[in-house]
Amino acid sequence: MTTTAPPSTIASYERDFLKHEDRADWLSELQRQAWTEFEKLGFPTTRRGNELWKYTDLRRLDSQAFNLSEAASMAASGELSKIAPWSDDWHSAVVIDGRFSPDLSRNVESAGVSISDFASTADSLRQKIEPVLGSLATVEDNAFVALNTALFQSGLLVEIGDDAELDQPVHILNIVSDGPDHRAIYPRTLLIAGSNSKAVVIESFVNLSSGPQLTVPVFEASLGAGAELQHFRVQLENEQSLHLGTTRSEQPAGAVFNSTTFATGPAIGRNDVHTNLAEEGAETTLHGLYITNGQSHQDNEISTTHHKPHGTSHQFYKGILAGKSRAVFSGKVLVQPGAMKTVAEQKDLNLLLSHGAEIDTKPSLEIYADDVKCAHGATAGHVDTSMLFYLMSRGIDRQDAAKMLVTGFATEIIDEFEPEPLREFLYEKLDQIVPKLDSEGIL
Amino acid sequence: MLEVTDLHAQVVDMEDGEILKGLSLKVNPGEVHAIMGPNGSGKSTFANVLAGRTDYEVTAGDIVFEGESILEAAPDERAHKGLFLAFQYPAEIPGVRPWQFLKAALDAKHEANGEKKLSVRDFSKLFDSKVDEVKINPDLMKRSLNEGFSGGEKKRNEMLQLAILEPTLAVLDETDSGLDVDAMRIVSDAVNALRSPDRSFILVTHYNRLLHHIKPDVVHVLVDGRLVETGGPELAEEVERDGYKRFLEEHAPASA
Repeated sequence: MTTTAPPSTIASYERDFLKHEDRADWLSELQRQAWTEFEKLGFPTTRRGNELWKYTDLRRLDSQAFNLSEAASMAASGELSKIAPWSDDWHSAVVIDGRFSPDLSRNVESAGVSISDFASTADSLRQKIEPVLGSLATVEDNAFVALNTALFQSGLLVEIGDDAELDQPVHILNIVSDGPDHRAIYPRTLLIAGSNSKAVVIESFVNLSSGPQLTVPVFEASLGAGAELQHFRVQLENEQSLHLGTTRSEQPAGAVFNSTTFATGPAIGRNDVHTNLAEEGAETTLHGLYITNGQSHQDNEISTTHHKPHGTSHQFYKGILAGKSRAVFSGKVLVQPGAMKTVAEQKDLNLLLSHGAEIDTKPSLEIYADDVKCAHGATAGHVDTSMLFYLMSRGIDRQDAAKMLVTGFATEIIDEFEPEPLREFLYEKLDQIVPKLDSEGIL
Repeated sequence: MLEVTDLHAQVVDMEDGEILKGLSLKVNPGEVHAIMGPNGSGKSTFANVLAGRTDYEVTAGDIVFEGESILEAAPDERAHKGLFLAFQYPAEIPGVRPWQFLKAALDAKHEANGEKKLSVRDFSKLFDSKVDEVKINPDLMKRSLNEGFSGGEKKRNEMLQLAILEPTLAVLDETDSGLDVDAMRIVSDAVNALRSPDRSFILVTHYNRLLHHIKPDVVHVLVDGRLVETGGPELAEEVERDGYKRFLEEHAPASA
């Protein structure tokens, strides 16, 4: 049998790029550059030497194109609280199929915070966006940043004023509507946090369709000196879809960027986070929980670069793997020459519920400064029989005991999702997910 | 209450690994038995086999509890029947809160016995009063089960569970090990408070210390997987005074 090579899918993305002519003039240069870069890079491959993509095979992107989603409408906002973490008090921007929906959004202009679509942004704000957009998530960074930059429909600017301390979280809710298969969505968020500001930002991704879709989000956070940003990322995908997300932040002196993620669902998911501690005394905490089941694949590419002294970084991820699923944790900490008194920690703990599940975990430290305190570790294990016996000896049956242990394993990360409606939403999700995990009869 | 006959047990799938070599024991309602023995005599194995730990297999003999053989019963079923093991080394369970855990345990027991479950409110009342009774630091109850607890706090937490689950037979596996005088008193107060004509205890211990606080009715000495002598508190005093030398000389297998 002979097979002919599938026609390159790149042409179809190019059609989307060319079709997309309503882009604002001031963005067109960046988007054109991004397209050129994407054409050069193409989709990543697992070929030898490509360490960044060693364990994540994207060949299906070569045989199946995903095209820009047409604008979809959503019914009343009452539904939102059923499908996503939600509070009427939050500053919520709702993005449907990559397009900002002002009607469903709430409290987007308040004291200390403003959320707006790039397209509707006044000249004065545009001058703030232009120098930052694409400077942290650069089009040369990876093919998906390039693709997102070339094709995003609405870009969202979240601006937090100098010294502002927000009482309520900012929530960017990204929804893939129920609709035709093989659509592509490119959510783009630029966050500019003023100096000494303090805010919580939630990015959530929900997919209402059951067919294969492609979501390629990019989140860029530019922090002012002394700013403290707590970022939460919730990725809830369907098992046929691909989700390839990029998060980039840069922190000047004393700025703190903490990000905790919850990722589950997709055929292929990638959570690529990089924080750049550019000046002295910056801090970052990158935590996450991934739950994989069936044939799903979740890749966590987590990295921090320490440029200057007295920086602190913590990476702590936990994984629950079932069925024939696979997950990757690739944690990197790079300590540049001169970044003395750096404190860095990396940890990845995994609970394997089946023999077919596989974790590739690779915490790594690259240190070019001599006065530092760095540690790393990774584990993978099965449900602990001593713990199981302890719970059972008190009268809890095997299944409930196992469920309690698996849920308990997740709790440590979920408890970090501080806004209560968000945490409760995730606990409900967890209660739905855990019994469905294919654990060879443990659960 | 409990009748153990000629019990042989070993670590699962381990050749020549027999640890219990014909242990027989009868415990009547309301009695407190102490099983004393040197290290390696099989004390903890016996406690764990009673509770149904699957790392061990029973190769001969029987355990009859409340009139029925429980050899085939899973650990949770044994608990529903009223058996309780206070662990020597209680497991640390991340993300599981003591309240949540004990509510689930008590609910399961009530359900299995066709009894009504306690409402959240009633259970909370019971929980708080028992926390107070065993003098465990309430802040610990906000943590994960046993995580970051000191040795003494873990033992108190076992007593809390004992007090809430109200078993008919409680087996305390080396509960006195690693306890200071105050903790020892709390453990023994908890046990003494629960003594009743229809509740029995088996105290598994190396030393006589705990037995100063909890007066046993019957004392057994366990050597090489068998109960080799049975008597009253005077036997425990002999062990305290002279150690296990005499018992070992008379009953341990001759070394090759």
